[in-house]
Amino acid sequence: MRGWTAAGLALGVLVAASLGIGAGDLSGADGGQLFLASRMPRTAAALLAGAGLALAGAVVQMAVQNRLVEPGLTGTPESAMAGLLAVTLIAPGTPLLGRMIVASVAALAGTAGFLLLARHIPREDPILLPLVGLVYGGILGSAVTWVGWTTDLMQLLSSWQLGEFSGVLQGRYELLWLIAGLAALLYAIADRITMLSLGEDRARSLGLDYRGTLLSGLVVVAVIVAAVVVTVGVLPFVGLIVPNLVSRWRGDNLRANLPMIAAAGGGAVLASDVLGRVIRWPYEIPAGTIFAVAGAVLFLWLLYAPGKAPRRHG
Amino acid sequence: MIRVTNLGLAIDGKTILHDISARIPPQGLTAVIGPNGAGKSSLLYCLSGLTRPTSGQVSIDGADITAARTTDRARMLALLPQVTPALPRLTVADLVAFGRWPHHRGRPNDTDRRIVAQAIRDLDLDDLLDRRLDTLSGGQRQRAFIAMNHAQSTPWMLLDEPLSALDPRYASDIMARLVELSRPGTGRAIVVVMHDLAMAVRHADWVICLKAGRLFRSGPPSETLTGAGLSALFDTPIHVEHLRGRPVVIID
Repeated sequence: MRGWTAAGLALGVLVAASLGIGAGDLSGADGGQLFLASRMPRTAAALLAGAGLALAGAVVQMAVQNRLVEPGLTGTPESAMAGLLAVTLIAPGTPLLGRMIVASVAALAGTAGFLLLARHIPREDPILLPLVGLVYGGILGSAVTWVGWTTDLMQLLSSWQLGEFSGVLQGRYELLWLIAGLAALLYAIADRITMLSLGEDRARSLGLDYRGTLLSGLVVVAVIVAAVVVTVGVLPFVGLIVPNLVSRWRGDNLRANLPMIAAAGGGAVLASDVLGRVIRWPYEIPAGTIFAVAGAVLFLWLLYAPGKAPRRHG
Repeated sequence: MIRVTNLGLAIDGKTILHDISARIPPQGLTAVIGPNGAGKSSLLYCLSGLTRPTSGQVSIDGADITAARTTDRARMLALLPQVTPALPRLTVADLVAFGRWPHHRGRPNDTDRRIVAQAIRDLDLDDLLDRRLDTLSGGQRQRAFIAMNHAQSTPWMLLDEPLSALDPRYASDIMARLVELSRPGTGRAIVVVMHDLAMAVRHADWVICLKAGRLFRSGPPSETLTGAGLSALFDTPIHVEHLRGRPVVIID
């Protein structure tokens, strides 16, 4: 319970800071308008994107039984971008929701491609799978960049490639609320997703529809990533670091930990965004950059820190 | 009773199991033995219904296992796969509770909770309830997984090399528990793929011997676990002697 109080307090402070900090002056004549049209949406967007990516990371890690994998290492965002690019080139007038659907389908296909590839990767060395994912995502990303380059869409592409929240305004981020619904869906199937982490044989022998569950999980991941890429851009490492920290602390029972993973993911991304607004005041550093720097340090700690001492019962 | 009829399995054109017909009695402990690569695990997976045989049939208590629905299958038999390198950080209590999944499909009731508590007691896991799998020793971990299978309350339990990587103390502990779980009157029969011939000779009530994907011999230990039988099975001189009234295996 202490963990929850601390997390709630930290989140409250972050939200207050995010609502209060910015280049504009809230006490001015347009203060109320600024608050509603920019600060609120920006804060909500960071929370939702962070929560979504952290949950997506947890699902992917359970699905492939490897803690070092995250959506950014399964070709998911690159596939979403490929879908978005295709829509922009073929049907430029498509409304946001339509583009989002295409991006989700493309993200799902790309992630499924990674899973097919993963079936052939030996599991003894856990570092192999993320490396393969890195290469896979790199190849997809280069293809997307090449198309973007030859079609003069590099500027659009770069808006997806680096996650930042300065452009978030009322009316341009609402798609991210999908993540709240997906989190609820994930909660409903949390036990099934946790069973994936026992491995295919154990899960199937417990009577789980393994493929159906895997597919549901991947659809959730694909839609979350597509929504984040479309609205704010890629935020690397969130799906890797946050679930790992929560898992170390509280274990892998997704039903019990889902709220904490979401809160920690939202809080981490919001903190990165607030920091990014403060460090070079009044200029901004993208939240994705801040998180990547902090995340690299945390990742090294995760790799080398000894496991938590077993808790004795009673 | 498990009845295997003309079972064949080929993967990518390579024959793994060839025309196996055998029966496994519905009580006690059946050991599946044979040299490496004989197809023991493949046979177990065909019995479990997780691997679909290329030809032939597996019928369990009269039902065709390949035709059974996933949930029905999970209420009929529990499988303990080989140890996997990546274990989730689940507590023992959470893991054992998953054993009831095929019965409640996500909505456990009091009966489920009672059975889980009983399974935890039966395998002496009370002190380890809140421990995570990744912090347990090999023997404790195996006990936790067996408790999960036990909670699944199936008439059949299939285990793939549950003794591998365990030192003698834990191996004999696990084996004793399996004997306990398959005692007459428990309504449960256990099939174990194993390498440890000494354990098989001590505890098996029925033996399936596989060699190069074929059934070499099957029957009670008195017919299968003889010096001549084991020597021919493993192509190496093996003797079965009696020491203080118990059979012992001596490998030359």
